[in-house]
Amino acid sequence: MSNKISETLTFECETGNYHTFCPISCVAWLYQKIEDSFFLVVGTKTCGYFLQNALGVMIFAEPRYAMAELEEGDISAQLNDYEELKRLCLQIKKDRNPSVIIWIGTCTTEIIKMDLEGMAPKLEAEIGIPIVVARANGLDYAFTQGEDTVLAAMAHRCPERNFLIEKKVIIQDSNIQNLFSFLPLGKKKKTIKSVESKKHPPLVLFGSLPSTVASQLSSESKRQSIQVSGWLPAQRYTDLPSLGDQVYVCGVNPFLSRTATTLMRRRKCKLIGAPFPIGPDGTRAWIEKICSVFSIKTKGLEKREEQIWKNLKDYLDLVRGKSVFFMGDNLLEISLARFLIRCGMIVYEIGIPYLDKRYQAAELLLSQKTCKSMCISMPRIVEKPDNYNQIQRMRELQPDLAITGMAHANPLEARGINTKWSVEFTFAQIHGFTNARDVLELVTRPLRRNNNLENLGWNNLIKQEKK
Amino acid sequence: MKLAYWMYAGPAHIGTLRVASSFKNVHAIMHAPLGDDYFNVMRSMLERERDFTPVTASIVDRHVLARGSQEKVVDNITRKDKEECPDLIVLTPTCTSSILQEDLQNFVDRASITSNSDVILADVNHYRVNELQAADRTLEQIVRYYLEKARRRGILDQSLTKEPSANILGIFTLGFHNQHDCRELKRLLQDLNIKINKVIPEGGSIQDLQSLPKAWFNLVPYREVGLMTAIYLEKNFGMPYISTTPMGIVDTAEFIRQIQKHINNLISDKDFDYEPYIDQQTKFVSQAAWFSRSIDCQNLTGKKAVVFGDATHAASITKILAREMGIRVSCTGTYCKHDEDWFREQVQGFCDEILITDDHTEVGDMIARIEPSAIFGTQMERHIGKRLDIPCGVISSPVHIQNFPLGYRPFLGYEGTNQIADLVYNSFTLGMEDHLLEIFGGHDTKEVITKSLSTDTDLTWNHESQLELNKIPGFVRGKIKRNTEKFARQNNITNITIEIMYAAKEALSA
Repeated sequence: MSNKISETLTFECETGNYHTFCPISCVAWLYQKIEDSFFLVVGTKTCGYFLQNALGVMIFAEPRYAMAELEEGDISAQLNDYEELKRLCLQIKKDRNPSVIIWIGTCTTEIIKMDLEGMAPKLEAEIGIPIVVARANGLDYAFTQGEDTVLAAMAHRCPERNFLIEKKVIIQDSNIQNLFSFLPLGKKKKTIKSVESKKHPPLVLFGSLPSTVASQLSSESKRQSIQVSGWLPAQRYTDLPSLGDQVYVCGVNPFLSRTATTLMRRRKCKLIGAPFPIGPDGTRAWIEKICSVFSIKTKGLEKREEQIWKNLKDYLDLVRGKSVFFMGDNLLEISLARFLIRCGMIVYEIGIPYLDKRYQAAELLLSQKTCKSMCISMPRIVEKPDNYNQIQRMRELQPDLAITGMAHANPLEARGINTKWSVEFTFAQIHGFTNARDVLELVTRPLRRNNNLENLGWNNLIKQEKK
Repeated sequence: MKLAYWMYAGPAHIGTLRVASSFKNVHAIMHAPLGDDYFNVMRSMLERERDFTPVTASIVDRHVLARGSQEKVVDNITRKDKEECPDLIVLTPTCTSSILQEDLQNFVDRASITSNSDVILADVNHYRVNELQAADRTLEQIVRYYLEKARRRGILDQSLTKEPSANILGIFTLGFHNQHDCRELKRLLQDLNIKINKVIPEGGSIQDLQSLPKAWFNLVPYREVGLMTAIYLEKNFGMPYISTTPMGIVDTAEFIRQIQKHINNLISDKDFDYEPYIDQQTKFVSQAAWFSRSIDCQNLTGKKAVVFGDATHAASITKILAREMGIRVSCTGTYCKHDEDWFREQVQGFCDEILITDDHTEVGDMIARIEPSAIFGTQMERHIGKRLDIPCGVISSPVHIQNFPLGYRPFLGYEGTNQIADLVYNSFTLGMEDHLLEIFGGHDTKEVITKSLSTDTDLTWNHESQLELNKIPGFVRGKIKRNTEKFARQNNITNITIEIMYAAKEALSA
């Protein structure tokens, strides 16, 4: 442990030869989140094969997504792409009747310059289903950034918020109240959410979270008398929140920089730049930041955080003083590292595919503060890492835990380095106070497993490597 | 364009990578965008591979789109050459790079000047061949490259080994039970006093390739991969090959007889006779022949089955079911459309109808129409079976992790016949058991007492928390409900809200 604190952040950039999932994988969680959607991935067999293998068992559950598999005729423009897409979309309409079809552009559509954005409005008018285009391809993006492209495209589709109509809504609201007059009083209040809290301007949160986690964060804000007026994305496409120049927005995930930019520039929303609600420290900082923007005094937040840390004690004892190495593949790395440092771990390196320093500014600041308070220097942040070099560095450092993609997990385990598969953090519930335990559950799993197997002498399971 | 949810065979580059990474000390470099190196995940996951997969990507990004790869690919090749010192580097195009139409051969030529490794460009067309065809082609390409190189240098030794020996072609990574099949084949050849000359690509090294012609003949256990290589070796070196798959008792015997024929052709002084061996194995080592006589198997007579898979496995299993067990194969099919003629010829007379398709919905519809008692197919058919309540034995790729068992489970040779008999019998009896249970009304006709500890009298769930509870996946809902109510009782709360649910989760970390 060094007591010297590095005042400046060091960012390095390597070759970009790293392993990550293709951004089209975002359909896996987005089709489940947006219940009335259908995702059509316009790509080749390679994309299809990836999805089929990455999503494993989901494939067999008749998912609401499909490949529009391009064939040789499509590539050489012997077939008319508009007609082809129309044919497929009509088939989807017949089979599933979704409220929206989302076209996911891929590397191939980029290279052959298929004008998806140009075709969508025409086709939309023709078949009567909204078509949203997101270009989530591997040429430009990594893994979770796929969601970013989809949400940025959806932001354009959110209804405009007109404050003149607000008054009418409140009148309508009282009409609705009368409708529910047969209910007992207590229930009536619960059934009708007041559309707008008077205390602060409307707040829309963006980022796709499982609905339970979303309502946990909403109720966490409600404790501070902050009313979340909508989510991007909502549970249904037809429930997208309305946006406008009076609306404040705040992100819940660190990979949503395009969405943030779109909301600010195109929809004139006001962005609240906060750390992300991952870990109790992050959640508290996130709420505090929102409250401070609305000049609301927080109440009981410190106690709440303390209580959560208390609940984590058994896990904290396990991780304290252990070292961790992030190879980097899903952009959650900075927030996770910050939380783990706060838990008393030592972070050797934070690999990350892409770092938007402006969107993540508050998170970086909190990381620095955390390092200061834990008396350790800020770990190096490596953008576009090189997996080969990272493995060499790991050989030197021998971290207690490597958080890495599946391509390297088993080989590292065979060489005696504990690993946690990074993709699990994308799919697990890790946001808010309530789920802090789940993050540590994941992080400590390999450590706990090893406590059970420690004395068997089987840590290194490879034949002598020749070098 | 076609609407697709699922494919039986992957894209071409997967086949190339499977062959390349099966060799020892061969590295593949993909010319691909970020995320296309998914192959590494598959190999590491499914095969539980301890070593790093020798595949890296030379990333195609925006800049490459604008300016071409320029030095990038060459740099990546020379860098890998320095880092890993492989014997061979295979530059692998992907569907993305094939549209870019960069002159990859030029990169290969330039890189071979500076690197110590040999460098070749995999010759596959993404829009015309699938994973299996590409694998076949790549294996042949590598073998040809090294044999011709040796020939040019005049170091090719074509004298046959003293003892009869064979090469096994086409055992490779992510193949369906390939590792176990290879062991079983080795055992079989050992019993026949035949030496193994080389096994490729799995575990083979590049230096081994020039001694391929020293073997007396080649064995190609699977039609999908290795056949092109065998044909090349026959044409150029006069090596005979056996492409009968030794799966099932009849075909294994046929396979051994063909070996006998080839050896006796090459040896003049003594005659090999394997008939006693075949007899002994068939009657007493393999249990399958006895099994098909036993009462158990009698009960399977005339039961309907459906078979689907790659050409090799689907054809062999069809023949085993019909010829060796007396089961009626209502329909058999394959997704290897390129091998349709061979497949039809193989299963002719062993089934009622033949289905050649790579569209899983057609297979599903066929199964629903026929309603067989058991299905033998790929993972997809297993899921179709689940949906229709029909048991399924998995006999072919595409597969999941459970088809890479740790235990010994060959499909080939005499031990293979035992494994297949088990698989078939268990699939059918499971179906039978279910059926009988249904007739007699389930395992237990008594009302099952709920394990719930809660009585619904003292606690009320409000509207929102009720909704929240319904959002929780079914398999944990009960547990969460119980825990929340327990927590509420401990804290003397009667009305359960969402907040109480979360508080319970935090307190009990449930």
